[in-house]
Amino acid sequence: MSDAQTAPIAETVPQIPVTVLTGYLGSGKTTLLNRILTEDHGKRYAVIVNEFGEIGIDNDLIVESDEEIYEMNNGCICCTVRGDLVRVVEGLMRRPGRFDAIIVETTGLADPAPVAQTFFMDEDVRAKTKLDAVVALVDAKHLPLRLKDSEEAEDQIAFADVVILNKTDLVTPEELAAVEATIRAINPSARIHRAERAGVALSDVLDRGAFDLARALDNDPHFLDHDHPDHVCGPDCDHDHDHHHHDHHGHDHHHHHHGEVSPIHDAGVKSISLRGGEMDPKKFFPWIEKTTQMDGPNILRLKGIVAFPDDPDRFVVQGIHMILEGDHQRAWKAGEKRETRLVFIGRELDAERLTRTFEACQA
Amino acid sequence: MPTVAPLDLDGHAIAVAWLNDIPHFALADGVVHRLDHGHKWVEVHDGLLAACPDLAETSLITGGEDGKVMALAADGTATQLAEIGRKWVTSVAAGPQGAVGFASGRMAYVLFADGRLREFQHPRSAEGLAFAPKGMRLAVARYNGATLHFPATEGKPVELEWAGAHMGISFSPDGKFLVTTMQENALHGWKLADGKHMRMAGYPAKVKSFSWSARGKWLATSGAPAAIVWPFQAKDGPMGKAPLELGTRGDTMVTQVCCHPAEDIAAIGYADGMVLAARFADQKEVLLRRAGKGAITALAWDKEGRRLAFGAETGECGVVDIAG
Repeated sequence: MSDAQTAPIAETVPQIPVTVLTGYLGSGKTTLLNRILTEDHGKRYAVIVNEFGEIGIDNDLIVESDEEIYEMNNGCICCTVRGDLVRVVEGLMRRPGRFDAIIVETTGLADPAPVAQTFFMDEDVRAKTKLDAVVALVDAKHLPLRLKDSEEAEDQIAFADVVILNKTDLVTPEELAAVEATIRAINPSARIHRAERAGVALSDVLDRGAFDLARALDNDPHFLDHDHPDHVCGPDCDHDHDHHHHDHHGHDHHHHHHGEVSPIHDAGVKSISLRGGEMDPKKFFPWIEKTTQMDGPNILRLKGIVAFPDDPDRFVVQGIHMILEGDHQRAWKAGEKRETRLVFIGRELDAERLTRTFEACQA
Repeated sequence: MPTVAPLDLDGHAIAVAWLNDIPHFALADGVVHRLDHGHKWVEVHDGLLAACPDLAETSLITGGEDGKVMALAADGTATQLAEIGRKWVTSVAAGPQGAVGFASGRMAYVLFADGRLREFQHPRSAEGLAFAPKGMRLAVARYNGATLHFPATEGKPVELEWAGAHMGISFSPDGKFLVTTMQENALHGWKLADGKHMRMAGYPAKVKSFSWSARGKWLATSGAPAAIVWPFQAKDGPMGKAPLELGTRGDTMVTQVCCHPAEDIAAIGYADGMVLAARFADQKEVLLRRAGKGAITALAWDKEGRRLAFGAETGECGVVDIAG
């Protein structure tokens, strides 16, 4: 598909949630997978891995699959899918009832975009499953080096809804703060969890609803507020405070300015946050469709909340490359500021042009 | 009036087949059911992924999640043909002289009747498999084209290139054309004599089922609200010609097609479970089965073309007797 699409999502059949687990060799993916498979959480998982390796117990549903990147004949990178996932997911879904959710483990060198796109672009896969979240494991000690020598490490963070900053016991508090700032610079909208030996609460990894338009941004009501140093969570705040277990000073990324080059990060990927008032739908929709079509190959992720005049409901959008989805989410609450907030994460994005053209769409 | 003898099963129908004139229904859970003086069944795999009858239609070749390739005879005897370990066998094909083809990951295999096994490694996944109607030639659908192997000799494979991911594959009954279904909503074809390309596109959905008519003059396909039937009478196949559209429905899609063994008629299965038969000459339609609970995923005519076995993703199976 070469056209951007803005379509409401139909919810007819129950769809099986899929969690994509990315991360370099040694980042702790196997440890986390083994925990998911052995902990008593009452759910059954089908796991798709590149190699059986050290995971699993005999009676678990683990499928080995060679990563196959399939580009379409039209050459559009946004239509690129993981062919093996199409086949394996279809096979799994012919015998439902064996599992409650699917986890896809990717190799360290994997580009996460085709994995995620599979769940939007393949009609059969899309009908039966829904992408729940992309979770990236990163090794606190080795991340700076990884970011220097590979684009994939950066892409995995840029693409993630949840970043597990693992092996925090192997670095000093200063190193940890610097690594976290780097992650935040690449991806301001991901939830970051610090961990040792992949010891995060599984509820922080599974069933996140990060691609569910109705839930995605409700998980983070202060979406894009991170760049406001004056934001302090009040007593009624429903912001997920999990990471405060590690950091009682609050959001330690507040002071960070997006797009600024971190000293250990060569800034291939950057994020651009846009903030404005109510949008004129006659200008906004053509703008976002044109933007995703033009810049699609460079846009890794896009998320946003849009306010339209005389519209009682919040409109939410999200995208991967040229895939764009949008829908009404819920009513604006009394006292909630009716404003529009968007974040683009990608490469070679023209911040000045995006800001200027975005602002021209205001009602 | 056609009459339907239903067989309501629990599971996704992968394939239906007639073995020694007995209808068999292979389900994704690995159990193959048959209607042979009553309902009988055999568990062949822990998870069945692919199945097709052998050329003599006396046994069913199956591949499973358990890494096994099995042959199930009409009397219910299952024989293990091969085992490749903890990998999914995702495609099987029946060849001449009792040869069996199967694929898993990037490997394709040919097992000869005498037990010899040839392995063919590919740089990318081996998707669908098909044997040529004459000679010992195996076609493998793959990313960016198809590969033709000559398993009986040490001859070099022939590579047919076309950008995109090719999934299903089939030779025309005269062996002149090779056609693939693709990950995108299109078919691709090659005229084997000169490698000329045939692009058959414009489908609103992925083409998952295709079937050659009795003398190979037509190719019926799913992937649209009608069965799209391409003319293959001319030496260049369907190029420059419009396909027939049979059994057009306004509200649902064709999911399965199966041409009659003698007449230019196709059985057409839909996403809502309906089955029609439509004649190419005058596009006349006959209702064979009313809509059910789920999409038709398998169809097979018996040798005489009098009875049609069907299976659906919801496990609703059965046999339609055309004469009633």
